[in-house]
Amino acid sequence: MSLIRFRVDEAHEEPAVTLDAFLGQSNATAVRVEPGEDARVLLPFLDRLQLIEIAFPKFRDGRGYSSARILRESGFTGELRAAGDVLLDQVVILRRCGFDALASDHVLDLAKVEEALARFPAVYQKAADAKPPVWALRHG
Amino acid sequence: MYKYDEYDQAIVDARVEEFRDQCNRRLSGEMTEDQFKPLRLMNGLYLQLHAYMLRVAVPYGTLDSRQMHMLAHIARKYDRGYGHFTTRQNLQYNWIKLDDAADILAELATVEMHAIQTSGNCIRNISADQYAGAAADEVADPRPYAELLRQWSTFHPEFLLLPRKFKIAVIGADEDRAAMKLHDIGLKLVRNAAGALGFEVYVGGGQGRTPMVAPLIREFLPADDLVSYLEACLRVYNRYGRRDNLYKARIKILVHEIGADEYRRQVEEEYLHVKTLGLDPPAAELERIAAMFALPPLDPNAPGEIERSDPDFALWLDQQVVDHKVPGHAIVTISLKPTGGIPGDASADQIDAMAKLAQVFSHDELRVTHAQNIVLPHVRKADLYAIWTRLEETGLATPNLDLVTDIIACPGLDYCALANARSIPLAQKITERFANLDRQRDLGEVKLKISGCINACGHHHAGHIGILGVDRKGEENYQLSFGGSGAEDASVGKIIGPGFSEDGVVDAVEKALETYRGIRVEGERFLDTYRRVGPEPFKAAIYEKAPA
Repeated sequence: MSLIRFRVDEAHEEPAVTLDAFLGQSNATAVRVEPGEDARVLLPFLDRLQLIEIAFPKFRDGRGYSSARILRESGFTGELRAAGDVLLDQVVILRRCGFDALASDHVLDLAKVEEALARFPAVYQKAADAKPPVWALRHG
Repeated sequence: MYKYDEYDQAIVDARVEEFRDQCNRRLSGEMTEDQFKPLRLMNGLYLQLHAYMLRVAVPYGTLDSRQMHMLAHIARKYDRGYGHFTTRQNLQYNWIKLDDAADILAELATVEMHAIQTSGNCIRNISADQYAGAAADEVADPRPYAELLRQWSTFHPEFLLLPRKFKIAVIGADEDRAAMKLHDIGLKLVRNAAGALGFEVYVGGGQGRTPMVAPLIREFLPADDLVSYLEACLRVYNRYGRRDNLYKARIKILVHEIGADEYRRQVEEEYLHVKTLGLDPPAAELERIAAMFALPPLDPNAPGEIERSDPDFALWLDQQVVDHKVPGHAIVTISLKPTGGIPGDASADQIDAMAKLAQVFSHDELRVTHAQNIVLPHVRKADLYAIWTRLEETGLATPNLDLVTDIIACPGLDYCALANARSIPLAQKITERFANLDRQRDLGEVKLKISGCINACGHHHAGHIGILGVDRKGEENYQLSFGGSGAEDASVGKIIGPGFSEDGVVDAVEKALETYRGIRVEGERFLDTYRRVGPEPFKAAIYEKAPA
């Protein structure tokens, strides 16, 4: 496993608990959300969560992208980690959906990740990152 | 027509280089086929039976002569000298080498074209009415909204790995020429009582194994809220669409299983949240786009009379030409359905010829129709004879629009790895059986559609006459259905009875149409008669025992 972080704070050490466990015992600060689970149940707890890990058991299952955006749109500022079958070619969309850490089952080459992230000079739509969509650039 | 600015061009150019890198990593073995597959699909590269197929996007079916010439050039240089216009208003090449794919995309990018999201489980090319901007019956031109959605959906980070593919159509007229209600999302431009522009939003239509006509989810969506609302529609689908079974993963199954009311409730709830995020482009962006779709300068005093003394020309005129909204002008549909031909195919020379016609006579604009024909949207009536003469010279003057030989057919077992039966030879046989034009014209509008497997790429469910090829104990067998429609009266056809051999189904179609001729009342199309009398008379004629 390789962990790539786009944050300056220290990586969170406490292991993420399952969503059920988190909702049952409420002092954990790291939780893991599986593809079929509703990220919105975490909204009341965002203030004290330091790490939310979104599981990608298969890279083709795109539910985690919606989970991530919902959490960022609701104000979550802690670490949002994509964990599992995370591949180079998904890095751009993961970052755009608000992930700021990648825990991949594969070996991700940091240089290639950075190259991928720098490739597209503009984006068409507003998402969870800070990139202005082209319509904002066109119309100031 | 939409023209790229520096941002559009930079994004498409970057995609070419990204895809080149992905191809290289696949060819070097760095990436597995399993990892590569969704990436190449998102670039329109699809593995068929014999070779890779590359599907090039023609956004909402609109293109100019420069782009059309490029399609011809690619057909010559990288394929076998022809291309195939598709039911999603795109063009596909059937004999592409993986090593060439990135170079082809680079050539396409020089004329503002690409293959982005023409396959894969993402939002596909947005389709639209082929008469958009030229038809007299539209509330507003749907293409500026289609372009807005093209941009919104291109590399949308949340919706590139959906449960299944996602197709959106936009129309602006009551007459539905784009099969809007058979899409995952169908949008119809309307004005409300206050005169404001908005959309009727239909969600959950589709064909495939489980054909469904989309229910109305929003009666009036203010046009300015389009992006936010679709974001909500897609998010609900991405989160709750089924992923356990490929065949139940389209949004129609979700909408059907939870019900249109519950889906609507979830979307509206999500929309309340999404609308606060500021995702909708400003009005100035729509204005910028709309300005590029302005009507070309057409002289409303152009002469409206047409010299009809050549009978062949008059035939073509009556079948292929409709009035433009500007007097003295017309919309021409060029048939890609010659007798014995492959529906939707055009040679590189024909593609060039159509490009030339558009440049000279149609303000440099062409459209691809979902029925696999080509439209010249803005021509002077005074030029029609000259256009027809040139079409005659290139084998493109077949006067059969909406007649029984204007067949939609999927590539079928001749190309497709999913197919159970061949579609093309059957289409060819039907066009040969009904080659007599007087007979076709007497039979009137008949939309005949052929799919070579249950995935229904040939739209058989929406055919007035639909034919589905299946595999029965190793033999090709064809099921016949009647009563479907992809138009404003959208409906799903019903199977008439046991299936047939290839020749048998041609006979059965003929018997059904002869039955119609016998019982129709004045002004009735085949579909109308079928709807009035039901299947019994047709069944009786088709399955009648031969006299002893």
